Amino acid sequence: MTDWPILSVVTFLPLVGALFILVVRGDDEVSARNARWVALWTTLVTFLVSLLLLPGFDASAPGFQFVEKKAWLGDLASYHMGVDGISLPFVILTTFLMPFCILASWESVHKRVKEYMIAFLVLETMMLGTFTALDLVLFYFFFEGGLIPMFLIIGVWGGPRRIYAAFKFFLYTLAGSVLMMLAIMAMYWKAGTTDVPTLMQFGFPSGMQFWLWLAFFASFAVKMPMWPVHTWLPDAHVEAPTAGSVILAGVLLKMGGYGFLRFSLPMFPEASHYFAPLVFTLSVVAIIYTSLVALVQEDIKKLIAYSSIAHMGFVTMGIFAMNEQGLQGAMFLMISHGFVSAALFLCVGVIYDRLHTREIAAYGGLVKRMPLYATVLMVFTMANVGLPGTSGFIGEFLTMLAAFERNTWVAFFAATGVILSAAYALWLYWRVVFGPLEKEKLKSMMDLSPREIVIMVPLVILTILFGVWPAPILNMTSHAVNAVVARTDSVAGAVKTALLLSF
Amino acid sequence: MSQLLPPLGAVLPELVLAVSAIVLILIGAFRGEGSANLVTGLAIAVLAAAGVLVLLQPGTEVSAFNGSLVIDPFGRFMKVLVSIGALVSLIMSVDWQAREKQAKFEYAVLVVIATLGMFMLVSAGDLIALYLGLELMSLSLYVVAAINRDSVRSTEAGLKYFVLGALSSGMLLYGASLIYGFTGSVNFLQIAAVAKEPSIGLIFGLVFLVAGLCFKVSAVPFHMWTPDVYEGAPTPVTAFFASAPKVAGMAIFVRVLIEAFPHVSHQWQQIVAFVSLASMVLGAFAAIGQRNIKRLLAYSSIGHMGFALVGLAAGTAEGVRGVLVYMAIYLMMTLGTFACVLTMRRKGQAVETVDDLAGLARRNPLMALMLGALMFSLAGIPPLAGFLAKYYVFVAAIQAGLYGLSVVGVLASVVGAFYYLRIVKIMYFDEPVDAFDPMPTELKAVLAVSGLFTIFYFVYPAPLIEAASAAARSLF
Repeated sequence: MTDWPILSVVTFLPLVGALFILVVRGDDEVSARNARWVALWTTLVTFLVSLLLLPGFDASAPGFQFVEKKAWLGDLASYHMGVDGISLPFVILTTFLMPFCILASWESVHKRVKEYMIAFLVLETMMLGTFTALDLVLFYFFFEGGLIPMFLIIGVWGGPRRIYAAFKFFLYTLAGSVLMMLAIMAMYWKAGTTDVPTLMQFGFPSGMQFWLWLAFFASFAVKMPMWPVHTWLPDAHVEAPTAGSVILAGVLLKMGGYGFLRFSLPMFPEASHYFAPLVFTLSVVAIIYTSLVALVQEDIKKLIAYSSIAHMGFVTMGIFAMNEQGLQGAMFLMISHGFVSAALFLCVGVIYDRLHTREIAAYGGLVKRMPLYATVLMVFTMANVGLPGTSGFIGEFLTMLAAFERNTWVAFFAATGVILSAAYALWLYWRVVFGPLEKEKLKSMMDLSPREIVIMVPLVILTILFGVWPAPILNMTSHAVNAVVARTDSVAGAVKTALLLSF
Repeated sequence: MSQLLPPLGAVLPELVLAVSAIVLILIGAFRGEGSANLVTGLAIAVLAAAGVLVLLQPGTEVSAFNGSLVIDPFGRFMKVLVSIGALVSLIMSVDWQAREKQAKFEYAVLVVIATLGMFMLVSAGDLIALYLGLELMSLSLYVVAAINRDSVRSTEAGLKYFVLGALSSGMLLYGASLIYGFTGSVNFLQIAAVAKEPSIGLIFGLVFLVAGLCFKVSAVPFHMWTPDVYEGAPTPVTAFFASAPKVAGMAIFVRVLIEAFPHVSHQWQQIVAFVSLASMVLGAFAAIGQRNIKRLLAYSSIGHMGFALVGLAAGTAEGVRGVLVYMAIYLMMTLGTFACVLTMRRKGQAVETVDDLAGLARRNPLMALMLGALMFSLAGIPPLAGFLAKYYVFVAAIQAGLYGLSVVGVLASVVGAFYYLRIVKIMYFDEPVDAFDPMPTELKAVLAVSGLFTIFYFVYPAPLIEAASAAARSLF
């Protein structure tokens, strides 16, 4: 084990970069250039430092690793950080995606570059803290704190309806989260601590579990987002700048799934069993309904946003199947969706930067001018559909396998969602890339620039690599996931009796 | 036989304030119109000295004047807050007085006298001292509300405040007389010893007493004066109203209910819970439509008093700790916010609508950053200080089983977040209008301290929490 607080360093390094950008002065041109470079280097260094976690991480060891614990809020909460097989992939995903966000904003963000970079770096700290915090209050700090920079990113650098989208995003998520705060307090008085590892072993009384589960669900369902509280996401996605969409789809949406895995399942196993049918229903509705909605979208970003909601439906379905395949699949799907959807939004950003419209109808026949772009987009579209050989397949397959074990009908409906996803994704690809190149403006479009190639290549490699060789992620998560499964299984019998008694 | 003249060391801060106030009046009276700056400067020094003297007092509980005044950690905590509030709002008035040509030495003297009243109020150990302190504070406040006597708005504010304030004092006095009649004592501890069972007369008195106190902290349904007085009074006076008297009022609210009526807590808990709930909800919804920033802050303060009262409704030591932490953080946030409101001037003319902040992030990025942090903090978003303030009151409410109040409270905070966010939106998203006049140094300092406190409080929260815990324990 390392003797320096590596998790704190990873978490707060971006903040140091933000402070640096804040104090550096100069005229607009110079300070903008400085801000870009400082932000890029900060995110790169953060990524490299976070990679140092990998060699020291022992996937087969139980419990949390790289643990740091210090006094903070007296008896109420402590500064407790640590990672296990569930949180580590998200940490790496976050640090990995951030440099792409900075690069994607290199030329498309002109105004108030300094503040933009600061907001992104603060957001990175908040996201990393969310995944590394092992104290509920500390978790809540990061979880909610991330709203502030994201609100500003959407509101200042977003599209025409940015103000509406920013408010909707903020208030929706806040309304979901405040109930979780009350639940955290109730847990504190019951268990005497907000320490996550302790609470994971603490058996709350069944009656209390239901309320606590619902309060946490309110928060995570909004964040996820699950149908019917998903309506903020398309708005936020459409109005956010490219990098904002990338981070929203890539990381922020994963906080909900992470929350279910980390808190809801191990802490309220009985309630999780009890509410699993509800979650299944909502997931299936989300998968089919949002896929249908995606079919009729005219805005590329909105289409991808709806497809994200559908994919998150697979994730919740997998999580609440509560078996190994389901949890593994959900984890894998979240990670895979993390960089695939991020890549898709980056692809949209590429053509948006050239034509300044996201309307599908404005495009067509791009393959003739942009063969490289067409290839890249195809890889990600296929991954989004879940084609075998891409990373999207593994997760969707595992979650459906898991659901099949629990409930055949759920698996059946989810599988129709896969067909629908092929429909909307391929149709989108066809309308944008194929067809005759008729529109005048498109005829002068340039193919990917070197900067854009640098952005796309690693994502393409990862998409295919994890599609054919998923072992690195599955190995990393398997132990932690099995611990959660064991925890939920341990009460499965008790729940059935309780249910029988209650009816 | 108890001493007629008790050890006066215990009330040294009060004595300093009282004597200084008289001396300052004399200085002002003899030196005439030109003495405003001198008197204000001396008053600032006196307030600082009083605050320091309070800090230097020993941490034990002492009572003076036959138990009329109680000097305990709870009182000390609140007195420090009161003197910070009075001191900072007086500092913030200096520039304003110069610009508006309103340099009057009476203002500083009245603030010192009001602070003396608040000190007595905070330390009151019986109903007589409570009333004395309250009236000393209120009468000074009525006058300072109307200090700008050539302005119709200011005099209207003063008059409104006076009439409603007199009514509430009457109610409070009526309640106090009923309590005295049914318990046979005015001393809080003796009342507590007698009032074991809720009798109808006692409850009646309690209700009137609480109504009077609600008026002072501007809790719903006794809040009507607040928006008008906030808007009408000169801005530095509003800053003063929003800070020190609120703290003092909350202090006596807590003390009288916890010390005098611990055995009938179920009776007053219902009242406090209702008042708190109504304040949170009204503060959240009524502020949405406000365009004048002072009116908006008035509704915001009504809401915040509701949140602080959540802690009192819990009625436990944790709850009182929550109230103390809340008031301390609220004080810091309010002073910083008013430093910004005082800066809102164009070409020497004060502007007061929310839209005047448009595009501040580009005209004055640092001020916008600080005000933005304060707004997020007032909305209760982590990691800012305002979140911890809310956390401590709600954690007590959950412990006391007040689930309904907590749920409504946090949902009200989401509604309230809307109008705080709108200010951020105006500053950051909207197109800039003309820049404000340069910010005076002292306002810069106040804003910087308040903003940095708000942003970085979470790094090292322990000292305030511990002081508040100790203070809260001294009441139980």
